[in-house]
Amino acid sequence: MLTSLLKTASAAAIATLTTVGVAQAVDLEFYFPVAVGGAAADTIEALTAEYVAANPGVNIEAIYAGSYTDAGTKALTAARGGKPPQLSVLLSTQMFTLIDEDVIVPFDDYVADADKDAWIGGFYPSFMENSQTGGKTYGIPFQRSTPVLYWNKEAFAEAGLNPDVAPATWDDMVEFGKKLTKKDDAGNVTQWGVRIPSAGFPYWMFQGLSTPAGAILANSDGNEVNFNDPKVVEALEYLVALSAEHGVMQPGAIEWGPTPKAFFEGETAMMWTTTGNLTNVRANAPFDFGVAMLPAKERRGAPTGGGNFYLFKDSTEEQKQAAVDFVKWITEPEQAAVWTIATGYVAPRPDAWETDAMKAYTADFPPALVARDQLEFAVAELSTYENGRVTQALNDGLSAAIAGEKSAQEALDEAQAAAERILRPYK
Amino acid sequence: MTNSARLQWVYAWLLLSPALVLLVTFTHYPAIKSIIASFYSTARGKRQSVYIGLDNYHTLVADPVFWKVLSNNFWYAVWTIPLSIALSLIMALWVNEKLRGLAFLRMAYFTPTVLPLIAVANIWLFFYTPGFGLIDQIRGLFDLPEQNWMGSPNTALYTMIAVAIWKEAGFFMIFYLAALQTIPPSLRDAAAIEGASKVYFFRRVVFPLLMPTTLFVSINAVINSFRLVDHIFVMTEGGPNNASSLLLFYIYETAFKYWDTAYAATLTTVLLMILTVLAIGQFFFLDKRVHYK
Repeated sequence: MLTSLLKTASAAAIATLTTVGVAQAVDLEFYFPVAVGGAAADTIEALTAEYVAANPGVNIEAIYAGSYTDAGTKALTAARGGKPPQLSVLLSTQMFTLIDEDVIVPFDDYVADADKDAWIGGFYPSFMENSQTGGKTYGIPFQRSTPVLYWNKEAFAEAGLNPDVAPATWDDMVEFGKKLTKKDDAGNVTQWGVRIPSAGFPYWMFQGLSTPAGAILANSDGNEVNFNDPKVVEALEYLVALSAEHGVMQPGAIEWGPTPKAFFEGETAMMWTTTGNLTNVRANAPFDFGVAMLPAKERRGAPTGGGNFYLFKDSTEEQKQAAVDFVKWITEPEQAAVWTIATGYVAPRPDAWETDAMKAYTADFPPALVARDQLEFAVAELSTYENGRVTQALNDGLSAAIAGEKSAQEALDEAQAAAERILRPYK
Repeated sequence: MTNSARLQWVYAWLLLSPALVLLVTFTHYPAIKSIIASFYSTARGKRQSVYIGLDNYHTLVADPVFWKVLSNNFWYAVWTIPLSIALSLIMALWVNEKLRGLAFLRMAYFTPTVLPLIAVANIWLFFYTPGFGLIDQIRGLFDLPEQNWMGSPNTALYTMIAVAIWKEAGFFMIFYLAALQTIPPSLRDAAAIEGASKVYFFRRVVFPLLMPTTLFVSINAVINSFRLVDHIFVMTEGGPNNASSLLLFYIYETAFKYWDTAYAATLTTVLLMILTVLAIGQFFFLDKRVHYK
């Protein structure tokens, strides 16, 4: 026992000595979350290893940090404890929280002026909405997504609809939904028209309604919200009416987890969910399916979602520079293409879609292009200072209205009042 | 003090110290630190944490979500504690008999305990799912309409309670089973000779002899009714509109989602106080009715 302990200890000591020997290299720690399956983790690790092999001056340790929530918790806890990672992929909506905690720095200072337009300016503008504030770039889009509508072509044909046409407007969706909703002899529904998940965090999908209605939920300074704007109320009334009035969606809060399964089982003919599920649906749907942009009201629209790279403050200048160089490399078209093909996340730069690899991928699987095309209409995911609390205020209001406890107006008035109270110190 | 007496003291402390060090580091120190932190504001970036007296407690009293989760927790405890104990006792009495397939039955009852709560929650998620979930498929056989159990504020908390009872009963059963096996068979024989009925024998002999176990199990059940929240993360995330949120889940949300650590410390202090009062009460109240050998 003791001998083996001693052996381990001396081995560790020797290992430390050796690393110190070579350690003129810059050491970086990099946290990443995985929200969808294992391929993402393998791909990040492979890309990191490739970069380290090509750049002997840097040593990057890519650390899998759990879900988005876990990664956020770990990174902030580490930063508060004075030992943050130099780099981390975290939710784009955490930008204001991280600024408020004073743990991140903008990328701008580490990018040569000549590169700024080409690199930072080269991302889709809708992804940059969640990445910049006050004229500074705090986040670099990487693991980004957007919700889209999936439809079951067989169910459409069976209901006498054109299987190749998705609902383009809100009215279309209700009309199609009514045709698609099937009941058995006892009057119980066996197939719903549409499924919009709303349990836990309804705000994200709700933005897929409030944006087409013509509302923007928060300003770009992250200190003002618009929860009870008449257009937001209209969006919520529409969402509630899908179940309460039109009977085309299951009533009550709808879980995220079983949503793809409900689609595969024919429990619903259309579903709204993230593009992150694209590969999953492609592999598991036992029928022909289509992918479309979310239906329009006043305009088309959807939120973006997912994670950005953040640069942490508590590190040396060399580490920061090395970290920025790495981020620059991994978001280059070739690497972005590898990443998108492996995971289904939306490649964040137009030039990535021009690579041969991406062209071959989208030619083989055209639904992957829908998310990209929707970006033109996409807006920032709801993000403010005190993000958790403000979002929760909206979530609580939305849930109350969906459950029928409050009217849309009442629920959103209360959410607005709560959010204003929380944001008062940031005005 | 003589030398040898002093040595004995040193010896005693040395023996106590490993447990003491662990308890102080991971239990007592964090608890005291939380109480202190509840009197300070949350530090944010450049804004330092400052002493604000009872401000956090005023916020707490005015916080509707706090009262909501407290009442949820009350009902969670009221249902899970007696039901899981009663169920475990019934199961233990049953598997204590001589039955065919006894080992299999015991194992089946114990399985929920072995499964991690997160895995359990994922299974139950599909039980409750409206339409194609297990419960609705069974209801469908009787032409009953589908029910969104987790998505309705009236039933969400009860779906969490059912999972907790299912999870706990098997664990408590093991303790009851062990206790039942220590009851000497001669007592049963004696009762049989006296002509006591099975029910009478259980009420006057078995149940009193099980009291130490019941005390232990009930303390565990009380603690678990505040502690078992993992399934909420997977199943409802406290929703809809906090209908299924419990105190510990709200503490986690406050600390790691809202990053308001000072307020989370305040909530923790309240939780600590509740648990202390309950534990002390249980020892004093139940101890009188417990017959140790």
